[in-house]
Amino acid sequence: MIEIIVVSTLNGVLYGMLLFLMASGLTVIFSMMGVLNLAHASFYMLGAFFGFEITRRIGFWPALVVAPLLVGAIGMAVERYGLRRVHSHGHVAELLFTFGLTFVIKEVVEMIWGKLPADYRVPGSLDFAAFTLFSSDYPAFRLFVLLVSIAIFLALLLVIKRTRIGLIVQAALTHPGMVGMLGHNVDRIFMLVFGVGVALAAVAGVIAGPILITQSNMAGLLGPILFVVVVVGGLGSLGGAFAASLLIGLVQTFAVAFNVSLADLFGSTAAGEVLSVWLSDIWRVTVAQVAPILPYLLLVLILIFRPRGLMGTRDT
Amino acid sequence: MSEATVISRSVRASRGGLTAYAIWLALALALLLLPQLFPSRLALSTMSLMGTMIIFALSYNMLLGQTGLLSFGHAVFFGLGGYFCVHALNLAGDYGWPIPLPIFPLVGALGGLTFGVLFGAVATKRAGTAFAMITLGIGELVVSLALILRRFFGGEEGITTDRTDVLSFFGYSFGPQSQVYYLVAAWCFISVAAMYAVTRTPFGRICNAVRDNPQRTAFIGYDMGTVRFIAFSLAGLFAGIAGGLSAINFEIVNAAQMGAVESGSVILMTYIGGVGNFAGPIIGAILVTWLQLVLSDATQIWPLYVGLLFIGIVMFAPGGIAGMLAMQGPVIAAGKLHRVAPYYLLAAIPGAIAVIGLSILAETSHQFSIRAAYGPSITLYSLPFDVTSPLPWIVGLVLAAGGVWLFLRAARLARNAYEEAIAGGAA
Amino acid sequence: MRNLLTSTALALTVLASAGLPAMAQETLKIGYVDPLSGGGASIGQIGMNQLNFIADEINAKGGVNGKQVEVVGYDNQLNPQISLVQVQKAIDDGIQIIVQGNGSSVAVAVSDFVTKYNERNPGANIVHLNYAAIDPVLTNEKCSYWHFTWDASADIKMEALTNFIKEDQNLQKVYLISQDYSFGHAVAGAAKRMLEAKRPDVEIVGDEYHPLVKITDFAPYVAKIQASGADTVITGNWGQDLALLIKAAGQAGLDVNWYTLYAGGAGAPTAIKQAGLENKVFQINEGINNQGYGPAEERAGALMSRFSDAPVYYPRMFNMMDMVFAAIEEAGSDDPGDFIPKLEGMKHDSFAAGDEGFMRADDHQFFQPLYISTLGALEDGQKFDEEHTGWGWKMAAAVPTESTLLETTCEMERP
Repeated sequence: MIEIIVVSTLNGVLYGMLLFLMASGLTVIFSMMGVLNLAHASFYMLGAFFGFEITRRIGFWPALVVAPLLVGAIGMAVERYGLRRVHSHGHVAELLFTFGLTFVIKEVVEMIWGKLPADYRVPGSLDFAAFTLFSSDYPAFRLFVLLVSIAIFLALLLVIKRTRIGLIVQAALTHPGMVGMLGHNVDRIFMLVFGVGVALAAVAGVIAGPILITQSNMAGLLGPILFVVVVVGGLGSLGGAFAASLLIGLVQTFAVAFNVSLADLFGSTAAGEVLSVWLSDIWRVTVAQVAPILPYLLLVLILIFRPRGLMGTRDT
Repeated sequence: MSEATVISRSVRASRGGLTAYAIWLALALALLLLPQLFPSRLALSTMSLMGTMIIFALSYNMLLGQTGLLSFGHAVFFGLGGYFCVHALNLAGDYGWPIPLPIFPLVGALGGLTFGVLFGAVATKRAGTAFAMITLGIGELVVSLALILRRFFGGEEGITTDRTDVLSFFGYSFGPQSQVYYLVAAWCFISVAAMYAVTRTPFGRICNAVRDNPQRTAFIGYDMGTVRFIAFSLAGLFAGIAGGLSAINFEIVNAAQMGAVESGSVILMTYIGGVGNFAGPIIGAILVTWLQLVLSDATQIWPLYVGLLFIGIVMFAPGGIAGMLAMQGPVIAAGKLHRVAPYYLLAAIPGAIAVIGLSILAETSHQFSIRAAYGPSITLYSLPFDVTSPLPWIVGLVLAAGGVWLFLRAARLARNAYEEAIAGGAA
Repeated sequence: MRNLLTSTALALTVLASAGLPAMAQETLKIGYVDPLSGGGASIGQIGMNQLNFIADEINAKGGVNGKQVEVVGYDNQLNPQISLVQVQKAIDDGIQIIVQGNGSSVAVAVSDFVTKYNERNPGANIVHLNYAAIDPVLTNEKCSYWHFTWDASADIKMEALTNFIKEDQNLQKVYLISQDYSFGHAVAGAAKRMLEAKRPDVEIVGDEYHPLVKITDFAPYVAKIQASGADTVITGNWGQDLALLIKAAGQAGLDVNWYTLYAGGAGAPTAIKQAGLENKVFQINEGINNQGYGPAEERAGALMSRFSDAPVYYPRMFNMMDMVFAAIEEAGSDDPGDFIPKLEGMKHDSFAAGDEGFMRADDHQFFQPLYISTLGALEDGQKFDEEHTGWGWKMAAAVPTESTLLETTCEMERP
């Protein structure tokens, strides 16, 4: 039992931090611009492929810096020449613009890197087992992910809460007119924020690429899990996203560890006999079996009962 | 969006009641006569699919266009309607129930409505992004569950049926595609008329109000949650009809039909066609279905084109195709179309050149990278090219860049001419 | 555009048949209905490439019955409904032979459509050649006279695989993990049933199902396998779900033998190489590259040098097209109504190693020798690596055709 709890907690935290790493850029853009960037996973994919290409030529560490810069620049161009134009049509139009972007980025990636997975590997300097626990190895690279996630979280928190730039950015979201009057270029602030958010997606791509699979359909396969993180955490709350990542990581990991089904709970009772006939399909479905669907259930429940999310400061 | 609505409304107001009837009559006639124009079996199945998608897209626009609700899980009701219909068909076939086939889409409607009410009670408590996310979550949950609950959903391969097994309808077996087409066409006409009628009721107007100014709507005493809930349930009902028709048309339903791809494509259809205009989703459904079937044969990178088209619409014509057409209403009313039309033509020529240039670039790079194994030669616009030579790249680049530059200039001229015509018309 | 081409081709055909005896302009068109865009395009394109390669091969030899073979691709976007419209389009283009493989949902839809179409349009005679969908219903409850399949079904593969595994004396604890949908259940169910019958002493320590393509991090599952003390894992996973599982296992240092059905698929060899699981991952299929059989190496080599960016192929597609062309030549007609009887019961030396297989007339399932292989660094004399990893498949065992036979519940309705 101790083994299950310790291992699940550890795996849950590691997975949660991977989720936060991937979702941090999405949160930044959403909390500061109010735009839910549906193309986030596509920029994450761009980051992974740029990372792969630069790693192959120069090395992993330069890639970790250069790839996000490049993708961030692309993001800023997208904001400057696309999103900004759409901004006046409202949030739905912005959402749909990023939705259209996913198609285009995928096709372009396919044209450049083909449809087969790229052989993007964990860098040699981090390719070893950090420690062994209950006969399972824990790779150093996963700990690196953990550290990067926490570093990004702290850095963002610091910038937003403690610096002048952070204050201006926050003000620009709620009172763009006033911030403009005070002599700040609101458009440029939004462009910068979008660039940073997209660059964070690319950081996630460079790091997660070797752990997951770097392929032209990776953006689509990631699915909407990142939106779950952001929404459950509370739209626009960085701390909430961090907490939600951990929560989802732990919930999913602990659920996997337990093979409990309706049959186990009611199997021997009289009601069990009746239920087993009527619920034959889900009678033997274990908690472990539905673990990866639980985050979506969490999403729906949170939005019904606590619409502002775990730590959100405002509704929707 | 709202601008287009205002304009389309003024157009509607300027028409007499007689012309309104004439439009419906023309629609019915067109639906009747289309098979005479396009008699091939392929055309019949394409048109059957389009008819289904028209209902589906219109039902989606009850949410997005009329009530301002962006849903990412609308296909759930389409799929569930299909499942209910298919199970009803199988039961009717097995037990010999005396129900003719044309009634069965109602079973789909019932299924769509039931789950529309169920999920609507949950989702419509919220609006905006939260609503979008709830529908996304519901969509994911339903599709995942569909693979687990294999008895009802039939697992990956879905549930098949035979539409000819049920009671024949005045001697029609509905085996041949042409009979199915007329079934779809009839239901399409009924649904379009019903959904149009909804927009004309006070309820339809309140939906618009909820979309345009929620605070004021609440202030005058309407519960927005209830309005959204009713709109959501009705949208589920019509999506269920579409799902039922799809089940009858293809004789198979599976979990993929409820998935994110299907939900995404209905967004594409509705938005490309135009959300601010009742006819928009109809145009969008026809166009996108056609693109899915025809463009996908012409080129493998068709999602790129559809994505670019979609981005272009979102950026430059948020009213969609129907919105652009509706904008011409005042010009026609002012009798000044002949003044504006030459400018449109002037813009259309470089626009077409830009599209050709872009597609040459896209196809050349596609052949160069992904299809390299098929050799360097391709035929574009009946001209042979060698993608390893610089020629097609230069041609593509020159056409695209020149076309875009000229188009932007001509578009400015056209806009000026349009505004002048409108202003003149008003004076 | 295509309509124009079709009508031109039609006009030419009419002219040719009216005026002159059969000429070389006549073509035998084959419709390939599989994903050519979107998420499934990577696998669909591989099949398309191979079909084109086979057509070019036979055309260089003068075609089939003097007709040149032309492959026409129809993008079904892996969507059953779109597939049916595309099949209709192929039929309208005068195509009677439909090749399709990816996705059991699509295969069931296409097979069902083709059967009903032939029933409602007597003389249409459309045939559905299936090279990859292996849901057992296709050759049992939903079998059809107009459907033929060349890949071994999940049950057949598991029968052969368990026959191989049972010889392993070190085998003590087996863990089953599969995707939670009909195919995954078919694989895990068959594995459990057959292991219990063949090796009652072996303990099944885990029977895990997880949702299809929803998992980003397999570490918790690997931890569970680790904790169960299993020495062998059997999985029906494919695509991302297999590659991520294998990668997570490699990172956690899980030391077990893997038995898979789809480790040869796109992406899996790369993952196995990255996880460093040399000779630990077994797959069962109808043939591998490094089988050392001359004719196969020659053809596969030519194919892979042409399509070097996607050096993956299906041996069964060679079996399929070779047999269909043979049947057409034997019948002297490319109307499926004429050549299907020749295809039924046809014996064929399988592509991979020349061992004999046959098309069972009862359920239209091709029974063939199956091979179990492992992935590892290339050894002397091995020519082919996978996905440019430097690792290639190596034979572990051969399962003769006789050991793959299974009963069928198919009650075929013949026209």
